[in-house]
Amino acid sequence: MLELLAGFIAELRRAGLPVSLSEHIDAAEALAHVPLDDRQALKYALGATLVKSGAHWRAFETVFDVYFTLGPHHLDLSGAQARSGGAPAASAAMDQDAPLSSAAPTEVLTDAQLREMLHRALMDGDEAMLGALARQAVALHAGMEAGRPVGATYYLHRTLRHLQLDAVLSALMEAGRRQAEGVLTPLEERLARDEYQARIDSLRREVEAEVRRRMVLDRGPEAVARALRKPLPEDVSFMHASREELAALGRAVHPLTRRLAARLARSRRQGSRGAVDFRSTVRHSLSCGGVPADLRFRHPQPAKPEIFVIADISGSVAAFARFTLQLVYAVSTQFSKVRSFVFIDEVDEVTSFFEEADEIGEAVRRVNTEAEVVWADGHSDYGHALEAFWGRWGQELSTRSSVLVLGDARNNYHAANPWVLQEIGRRSRHLYWLNPEPRPYWDTGDSIASQYALHCEGTFECRNLRQLEAFVGQLA
Amino acid sequence: MKPDPTPSPAGSAVEVRQGLAGSGGHQPSPAGSAVEVRQGLARVGYLADQGIASVVYLAERLGKPVLVEGPAGTGKTELAKSVARMSGARLIRLQCYEGLDESKALYEWNYKKQLLRIQAQRLAESAPTTAGGGPRPGAGEAASPTGWEDLEADIFSEEFLLTRPLLEAIRATDPVVLLVDEVDRLEVETEALLLEVLSDYQVSVPEMGTITASQVPMVFLTSNNTRELSEALKRRCLYLHIGYPDVEREKAIVRAKVPEISEVLADQVVRIVRSLRSMELKKRPSVSETLDWARTLLVLGANAIDTEVVRDSLHILLKHRTDIERAAKELSVAKGT
Repeated sequence: MLELLAGFIAELRRAGLPVSLSEHIDAAEALAHVPLDDRQALKYALGATLVKSGAHWRAFETVFDVYFTLGPHHLDLSGAQARSGGAPAASAAMDQDAPLSSAAPTEVLTDAQLREMLHRALMDGDEAMLGALARQAVALHAGMEAGRPVGATYYLHRTLRHLQLDAVLSALMEAGRRQAEGVLTPLEERLARDEYQARIDSLRREVEAEVRRRMVLDRGPEAVARALRKPLPEDVSFMHASREELAALGRAVHPLTRRLAARLARSRRQGSRGAVDFRSTVRHSLSCGGVPADLRFRHPQPAKPEIFVIADISGSVAAFARFTLQLVYAVSTQFSKVRSFVFIDEVDEVTSFFEEADEIGEAVRRVNTEAEVVWADGHSDYGHALEAFWGRWGQELSTRSSVLVLGDARNNYHAANPWVLQEIGRRSRHLYWLNPEPRPYWDTGDSIASQYALHCEGTFECRNLRQLEAFVGQLA
Repeated sequence: MKPDPTPSPAGSAVEVRQGLAGSGGHQPSPAGSAVEVRQGLARVGYLADQGIASVVYLAERLGKPVLVEGPAGTGKTELAKSVARMSGARLIRLQCYEGLDESKALYEWNYKKQLLRIQAQRLAESAPTTAGGGPRPGAGEAASPTGWEDLEADIFSEEFLLTRPLLEAIRATDPVVLLVDEVDRLEVETEALLLEVLSDYQVSVPEMGTITASQVPMVFLTSNNTRELSEALKRRCLYLHIGYPDVEREKAIVRAKVPEISEVLADQVVRIVRSLRSMELKKRPSVSETLDWARTLLVLGANAIDTEVVRDSLHILLKHRTDIERAAKELSVAKGT
């Protein structure tokens, strides 16, 4: 068991979770107090000792599923009584008919039967039955072959495609309507839909777990864990994030902005001590008979910088611009003024969108639909956009302004106009360039990052939330 | 300094600690215990899920503090209170805020009383000299060194120590539950105050020595996650994340806390709340807001929830205007639909 735990922890570390040695020891101690055949108790014991952040729980669950689906005790997969004694038989060989509990028929179901039973189980919300049916569905539809080098997602999609969950949902809604014998109000309809959706989601999770279990049987935990390893939300690259990952990022960015704002406000308030305030010291010395026992200091009030954000919002870097704007506006109280400009090959000011909207998502939507950013062909043209910016707003830059340019500096071989940046840099206090591409890619293809970098005070690689947060933190 | 600065509680600490460790030998079957914790919590009106029960049980077994995180209003503070009620222990609460320092968290010398004590001593010493007529400088100087040592030992004794929550929990002889509430409001530097208490259950007072706990108290720290806590703190704790409960548990909570509510109404309440939580809102409704809503519905005399009722009472669940508008639209209860 200890060896299994060591392997498990090594995998957690590879997945990016910080697990210290003392936490490893705690986990081992905790194991002595939980029954090893109770999978849920085991999971919570390990979770409490090893995972110290809510954001890491998903990653932990995935690794846990892989390592402890088939522990030395044949730990039960779903914890439901649906499969008493089923696991060893299934594990013996990749048997196509995974034995079901007595509640379900033991022979292999046909497609139609499966569909029928699924419908009924979803209707009644029968959890144990759903688990059993998920296993059946995987056996029937995934078409898993031993040793075939494809990912779990492939099998998952195959199974789900056959199940046609969208159709199932509408069938359920239909049945629900019949059951209610009458018209549902929109509210009731919505509630019913959420209820069925929740059940279908749980079915989906069951299927996923089953696919994973079978893959572990086939290839062993290390290989599967490696295949399933996903970056933590703060490490997901903006450029290559999938739709789900972007959604996860959107959720992660909110608490992050709150934390960042709290930290900055705090550090500003604490502030370092300034020079001795002579007047105040003398005033306070009166209570000690004129002895200046208590020195008073002036609290320095550093001027807040003014921020100009110039962001490329063309397809490839749109997500990056969005998160950066979101972060900058979240800490906007730390700046005297924030002005934002977006461009593709034409530049437009969008400050008012952010000031008017009371929600950042709304502002971003308006930026994407209303800002006039296309001039010629709708491909990024840094040279023209920067020149236009300089012509229209260049006079408003002052020695108090910091300018951030966001973009990958892929100019589509247009004229670069680096002189504009040089002018901007000369007029403003700071000029930084944030690039969402990894540093090694800079200056490859049509990227002219270093040509622009020449005139910038600093260039930063901001591939993920972690790097972005670090940058915004030091800016304020 | 006293030659042996360790105060008396330390002597008994060894025995009690051994007692705790010894109890591991004849413990009831562990499976039963996690379940027992859950039942015990249910008896005092806190419906825990398996995760919460397991962590509380483990914390008791391992003698480790629990760091509880989660959205506001999901019962983090209530958990500590309930554990205290369950085990019949005294709850000692330390509410954290920015600017909290050790004189508020650990201990403080009662310097006013110390000053009085010194003055009293001086009066007592000067009284016989004045009575004898004329000063006796030689005698006064000879007496002062020993007199000062006595005095120092005297004014830095327990009599002059004002205990604050952390020290109080350490010195308690009866069972206590220590709740350090909203620990994320502390500054990073002040967080270090907690470390000694949490890992070794002891407090060092320079003038007196180290005070060790006579028993291991249950410790809960709650955090709303407004900032990342330090690794050192997290490492010493078991971590428990309390999220929103699932439909079944939330229904049970509503029925336990609002006993007059009917089964049907409770069911509708929690299902609407679940739908609301799945939306993109600024502030999702918490469990406490669910309870408020259920109570409101009772007061309004609603037997079932229909479009009208939801529209008129949505502001109890949601606290932002934009949230209310969006939710009304998504639930299709907005006016005009």
